[in-house]
Amino acid sequence: MSIFIDKGTRLIVQGITGRDGSFHAKQMIEYGTKVVAGVTPGKGGQKFEAKVPIFNTVEQAVKETGANATVIYVPPPFAADAMMEAAAAGVPFIVCITEGVPVLDMTRVYPYVKERGARLLGPNCPGLISPGESKVGIIPGRICMKGPVGLVSRSGTLTYEVVYQMTRAKIGQTTCVGIGGDPINGTNFIDCLDAFEKDPATEAVVMIGEIGGTDEQEAARFVREKMKKPVVGFIAGQTAPPGRRMGHAGAIISGSAGTAAEKMQAFEENGVGVAKRPIDVVELLKRAMR
Amino acid sequence: MNIHEYQAKEIFRKYGIPIPPGEVATTPEQAEAIARKFGGTVVVKAQVHAGGRGKAGGVKLARTPEEAKSVAAQILNLNIKGLPVQRILVTPAADIASEAYVGVIVDRASKRAVLMASPAGGIDIEEVAAKTPEKILRHSVDPRYGLQAFEAMQIAFFLYSEIKQVRAAAKILQQLYRAFSENGGSLAEINPLVTTPAGDVVALDAKMVIDDNELERRPDIAALRDESAEAPSEVDARNANLTFIKLDGNVGCIVNGAGLAMATMDLVKYYGGEPANFLDIGGSSNPEKVVAALRIITGDTNVKAILFNIFGGITRTDDVANGIVTAIRQNPLKVPLVIRLTGTNEEIAVKILSENGLSAMTDMDEAVKKAVALATGGKAA
Repeated sequence: MSIFIDKGTRLIVQGITGRDGSFHAKQMIEYGTKVVAGVTPGKGGQKFEAKVPIFNTVEQAVKETGANATVIYVPPPFAADAMMEAAAAGVPFIVCITEGVPVLDMTRVYPYVKERGARLLGPNCPGLISPGESKVGIIPGRICMKGPVGLVSRSGTLTYEVVYQMTRAKIGQTTCVGIGGDPINGTNFIDCLDAFEKDPATEAVVMIGEIGGTDEQEAARFVREKMKKPVVGFIAGQTAPPGRRMGHAGAIISGSAGTAAEKMQAFEENGVGVAKRPIDVVELLKRAMR
Repeated sequence: MNIHEYQAKEIFRKYGIPIPPGEVATTPEQAEAIARKFGGTVVVKAQVHAGGRGKAGGVKLARTPEEAKSVAAQILNLNIKGLPVQRILVTPAADIASEAYVGVIVDRASKRAVLMASPAGGIDIEEVAAKTPEKILRHSVDPRYGLQAFEAMQIAFFLYSEIKQVRAAAKILQQLYRAFSENGGSLAEINPLVTTPAGDVVALDAKMVIDDNELERRPDIAALRDESAEAPSEVDARNANLTFIKLDGNVGCIVNGAGLAMATMDLVKYYGGEPANFLDIGGSSNPEKVVAALRIITGDTNVKAILFNIFGGITRTDDVANGIVTAIRQNPLKVPLVIRLTGTNEEIAVKILSENGLSAMTDMDEAVKKAVALATGGKAA
């Protein structure tokens, strides 16, 4: 089992003929993801890699292929429109990889998608992978291994680092989800924790947060109040100066709020195991799952 | 992106917000001439991207043109939080009856723009929020409709009781929200919004921060960037498409990905060192980016060791290796280099490095320990 995606996921790739879209579409197909359609306006009727049909609109793609998920690789000025198009076409799960979407666009996209009952992951995220089942996005498949641990993170390469350390220690994963580093995103920590708690295959969860906002603090309270499964966490940005955007648009300490210390304390107070270093996640997991 | 007070005021004026006149000077003589033109007492204000400029001596009154000249000379000599003052705004001093605060930010929790208003203006709003939260009214705005007149009135009644002032403030709130949302703001604020003895409501200060992600589609706003008000190394990095933030330590860090970059800095600290910077070379890093990154890091004389931490996903580690080799050929390093890389095309990368007399490690913790030891003058761990 897994969360959000599995063998039954039938995926659309929006922007399949672009540089990033075509590269990662190939990688996903190689991994075993069922990529059933591509969307690029003006290229409808063509085929990607002589196999995957391309449509002009998401609506057509859904109608012809019965797709139930989509991944977006279009440039930032068009990403908001692409997310809304997918929601309007009734796609229930929308993953937006694009980095650089203006946050005011997201204030409009978020309610639009939500009102149409879709789940949005991202933007500015690496997507997700259920090892051995399906991969949607850009997480390298070869660092993952099927197993009993769920992972949710605001980061990309830091996620890879932790997954790699876990896999080296023979601790496999049910699903690894990157929720993205933007201040407004579709899916948050609590959504993922809730899904992992309900997933019978998941025995423990890793949560990788960073400075900025209060998502991790709220997630920690959720762990204490609503979860039976053990959760361990790491927070990046203990040495980040206040008031500076640390790469991710959402990774910023405003005044004295959103520091790593504050989040680690919330973890501690709510029974989430605190990893001081990424490698410590492995030991904490071993202890929690004993 | 931060913009200066005078630039924010120009934007706010376009939306009709009442703001007293003001002119920018770069020399004491210009300040004197502007003060003479306005007549009477003026305020001379440093135009710098740092908070707390009043406390730092960057805002001063001048009663005569001569005094404006000497005050301007003092302020233009200041360094506020490491940033030299290169421009000053000269504006007539206003008579103030009361000071309020109004601002718009993007709120992560409600996922909307939120208007904030407080009758306790003129001071740091964070302080008000911490000590007297009941003095702040917050109102989240539905992006589909914008700020309606009745909503603006409700907020304005929190600030004033005089109906004339309530109406004036409500109008300003709507204008401020539009200035914010139509120019890609992540923050727009007026602190203080004052009432004059005559009963007028006037914006004495203006601050605006633009969402960096908006700049591509708003060239007119992007053109407001004042590179002379930023650290030169950060300007260089931005032009090379790198995200760089200078810190005070001595271990230079070059990493792919923001989260891993922060975690690497944290690990440097964990093993007893101090990071010299945050630097993210991004996802699809080509060799030129690596060359630029090394140029920027070696420009900091505090740096005693350089650490690469690359986890190849989209990033090809052989690209990074090529970049390192090219950069060192152009400019031999004067400080030790530690390279950790793993992931995509790792074997090719290791080969490129070893052919050029360099070696790579695969373990992050070991690499960080070694870099810290080298930077602090100890032997490699």
